[in-house]
Amino acid sequence: MTALADPLAPAPAAPAAARPVNRARRRAQILHHIVLIFGVLLMCGPMVVTFMSSTWDPVVIHSEGLQLGYGGKFLETYETVLLKGGGFTGEITGTLMLWNSVLLGLGFAIGKIVISMLAAYAIVYFRFPFASLAFWVIFATLLLPLEVRILPSYEVVQRLGMLNSWSGLILPLIASATATFFFRQFFRSIPDELLEAARIDGAGPFRFFVDILAPLSKTMMAAIFIIMFVVGWNQYLWPALMTTDESMFTIVRGIRQILQVWIGANIPDYNQALALAILAMAPPALVVLVFQRMFIKGLVETEK
Amino acid sequence: MKKVQFGPSWTPYLLLAPQLIIVALFFLWPAGEALRSSFYLEDPFFGNATFVGFDNYVDSTSAADYGRSAQFTAVFTVSICVISLGIALALAVSADAVLRGKSPYKTALMWVYAIAPPVAGLIGVMMFDQHIGPLSDFARWLGWEMQVGVSYFDTAVAMITVAAWKQIPVNFIFFLSGLQGIPNSLREAAAIDCRSPARRFWTVVFPLLAPTSFFLLVINITYAFFETFGVIDVMLKGEPGNNPVTLVYKVFLDGFRGQDLGGSSAQSVILMIAVFALTIVQFRLIERRVHYS
Amino acid sequence: MTVTLDAAANAAANAAVNAPASAPANAPVIAAAAAPAASAEPTLVIDGAVKRYPNGAVAVRGVTIEVGQGELVVFVGPSGCGKSTLLRMVAGLEDITEGEIRIAGRRVNEVEPAERDIAMVFQNYALYPHMTVRQNLAYGLKNRGTDKAEIARKVAEAAAMLQIEDFLDRKPSQLSGGQRQRVAMGRCIVRDPSLFLFDEPLSNLDARLRTQMRLEIRKLQRRLKVSAIYVTHDQVEAMTLADRIVVLNGGQVEQVGAPSEVYARPASTFVAAFIGAPAMNLIPAELAGGALRIGAEAVPFAAPPAGMAPGFVTLGLRPEKARVVPQAERAGGLPFTLDAVEELGASRLLHGRAAGADVVTAADAALPIPQGPLALHADPADLHFFDAVTGTRL
Repeated sequence: MTALADPLAPAPAAPAAARPVNRARRRAQILHHIVLIFGVLLMCGPMVVTFMSSTWDPVVIHSEGLQLGYGGKFLETYETVLLKGGGFTGEITGTLMLWNSVLLGLGFAIGKIVISMLAAYAIVYFRFPFASLAFWVIFATLLLPLEVRILPSYEVVQRLGMLNSWSGLILPLIASATATFFFRQFFRSIPDELLEAARIDGAGPFRFFVDILAPLSKTMMAAIFIIMFVVGWNQYLWPALMTTDESMFTIVRGIRQILQVWIGANIPDYNQALALAILAMAPPALVVLVFQRMFIKGLVETEK
Repeated sequence: MKKVQFGPSWTPYLLLAPQLIIVALFFLWPAGEALRSSFYLEDPFFGNATFVGFDNYVDSTSAADYGRSAQFTAVFTVSICVISLGIALALAVSADAVLRGKSPYKTALMWVYAIAPPVAGLIGVMMFDQHIGPLSDFARWLGWEMQVGVSYFDTAVAMITVAAWKQIPVNFIFFLSGLQGIPNSLREAAAIDCRSPARRFWTVVFPLLAPTSFFLLVINITYAFFETFGVIDVMLKGEPGNNPVTLVYKVFLDGFRGQDLGGSSAQSVILMIAVFALTIVQFRLIERRVHYS
Repeated sequence: MTVTLDAAANAAANAAVNAPASAPANAPVIAAAAAPAASAEPTLVIDGAVKRYPNGAVAVRGVTIEVGQGELVVFVGPSGCGKSTLLRMVAGLEDITEGEIRIAGRRVNEVEPAERDIAMVFQNYALYPHMTVRQNLAYGLKNRGTDKAEIARKVAEAAAMLQIEDFLDRKPSQLSGGQRQRVAMGRCIVRDPSLFLFDEPLSNLDARLRTQMRLEIRKLQRRLKVSAIYVTHDQVEAMTLADRIVVLNGGQVEQVGAPSEVYARPASTFVAAFIGAPAMNLIPAELAGGALRIGAEAVPFAAPPAGMAPGFVTLGLRPEKARVVPQAERAGGLPFTLDAVEELGASRLLHGRAAGADVVTAADAALPIPQGPLALHADPADLHFFDAVTGTRL
């Protein structure tokens, strides 16, 4: 230790002076770890309880409450939830709902990225009359979340005959301009000289977009995609209103159905409800975990 | 905007068309419709409407349950902001300070972001269930017999808990990225100028986090208003009864359950104005952030 | 300073010197293509160019310049003088409000940048960050529909010339500043343009690299015999690179000429102060009663030139042409008070006051610093006279 000590520090005084500081620091570190462990328990504890309880028999849960240990009925429960038909028609399975959720997440994310990139490209890189009008019209959508205009939106979609259709489900959700805004900010941060160099190199609007702008936006697109996939997957209110056809139910929408069945049941299928909750959270959670860095980047950048 | 742009042609209109069509169909039209029907009294059976001026506004806001709901929304929003921001800030400060295990902590604390509000609601229902819920057991151990779904107060507590819990990861991520954005040299300068770590935090670090905090405040208010719909809907099991509901949930209830189109629209318009004000504030803040950086 | 007054002759002489040297190198194709020596038409004609922005601001106020075959012309001036705007008008990146620009005899006002037969090096290089060096060089050719073998040959040739062969498969982010600079030049070379445009290309490099790249640009341009416009705010760059310098101020041309000419006979106080470091001493003076006065003092070493009307003038004297001598050694001269000495290595600067005016002089550092009561001397031939009001040379 002494060999490694700072040669500039006065040798005899150093250990005596350093010890209280080190001790205070160590104490602070321990305190921080305690806070964080408490936080991890707070955030992850409910998930653990949910998963563990889903592997128990509902009768046990009903009499003894939610469980922290493994109940051994993992395969049975999840097989039932995934493969056994349910709902009023008896045809809706967990697998189908998961698949529908994937479609909604992908459709929402891809649709939003494509549409908003094109619009942002027009707004930033073209000079044309009504450019600012177009910008403000799109901007206005930020002012009104779907939840506030839910009833008239429903009526419009109904009038267009788009109830129980994927376009009717996805398009109104895409109307908000968050991603357009983000791409606009991003495009503006790209140095002007790149466009100038590309023009001298003979690239027109199409070439510039395909050869330069899209490749440069790759990481941004990926980040937005992750966020939007999760947001799309997690949609609840709009799918709940829009889709009455059970074959279109997403897994998050399915939560509502569980509760309807639940009310009035003698011993509800707690395990199945909890398994469904796990299935509904697992895919987006995996996406967030696997692409953690990109996800954080996307979140922090888009919300800015 | 850009120094050099492509000249006028039909291309930009073509590029904008998809977004503008969607905005026109699914945003402008419904919003206009909401505004229009907020001034009309519509007969759900015969479909004819009479112009009633501001009657819908007056009627729906003067109803007793509107006041109750507005009051609850305020309490709900403030509680979520305080609880969620407070816990997230403490966690972010600790995550920023620990030397070891930073990234596993970070991962464990942020992944809950991915959980849909209704799924959080479902877990909440279970946790607070009178028979099987461990949180109800805990409350009973404290001498508090929780009756979520029956008692107004208990339901409110459960809803606030779940909604605030669900928002912790977002706040945590932003606080942590804000903390990590503070230049190291500044902390070192503070360490030389001030002995007490706590004082250093409140006088140097926290003021530097102020833009992040303001911004998060707006985000949390928006969340409490709109994105908690799923939490509330699931926790009430679709049966509001005598339980607390937020204003946004009430718009939905009056519109879809109560078939009160005009009243629901009037409430929508009021919320629109509130969101509008909030957005203006938000943009002011963003502008300021840009100026500072 | 070996540059002669006659830019064309100078360029020719340099070309003659450089040509045999470059012959063994592998640039014959490009050099040949770039020198269609048959026509006498200047490569570039800027004829009364005006740039007015929609908000009414005027950046360029009627500039007329010609750039000859193989000539390197430097636009120099302080920031905001319109030099970059003028360059961008030539490139086609800014519209031309009034006037005409002709490249190789063809009016290009309405021509797209890609069709103007120019190439440009940007201040921040503007390399496409997601493409490799090779792709960066090839991109413009690909867009023109050049066939693949031809592209590969040209890229290889340019890479060899710039010694960037080893980096062809790297991304720009993996290159140093100097290497990026070379790639940016390579992107120009592969295009075989009739005109190179340089927009402050060295301003992002450190001082040492800047000097080196400056020389390389000069050599390369000589070797390729391609006309070039080079924009800079650095007068040293302008002096060292240019066949001809165009000094711009407030969107107008102050002076056009060979570097030596601009240095020796600045057309205005603006040019006098801008070209040369340290800047020329500019001292308010008065011609009266057949003598030149600064304040109350008569300047003993300067008889007013014949035929100059009495009145107020600005007297110009280059620091390197002024001498400070102890009064004991030599009679006459203006009394000089020494305030500060700055050592520059080979020379030193003496800051002081003479007849109430601040004066800087440069002296050989090998000589001792003069002591005792001092006086300022200058050769009458080294004095410049400018109109006190308009600043133009008298």
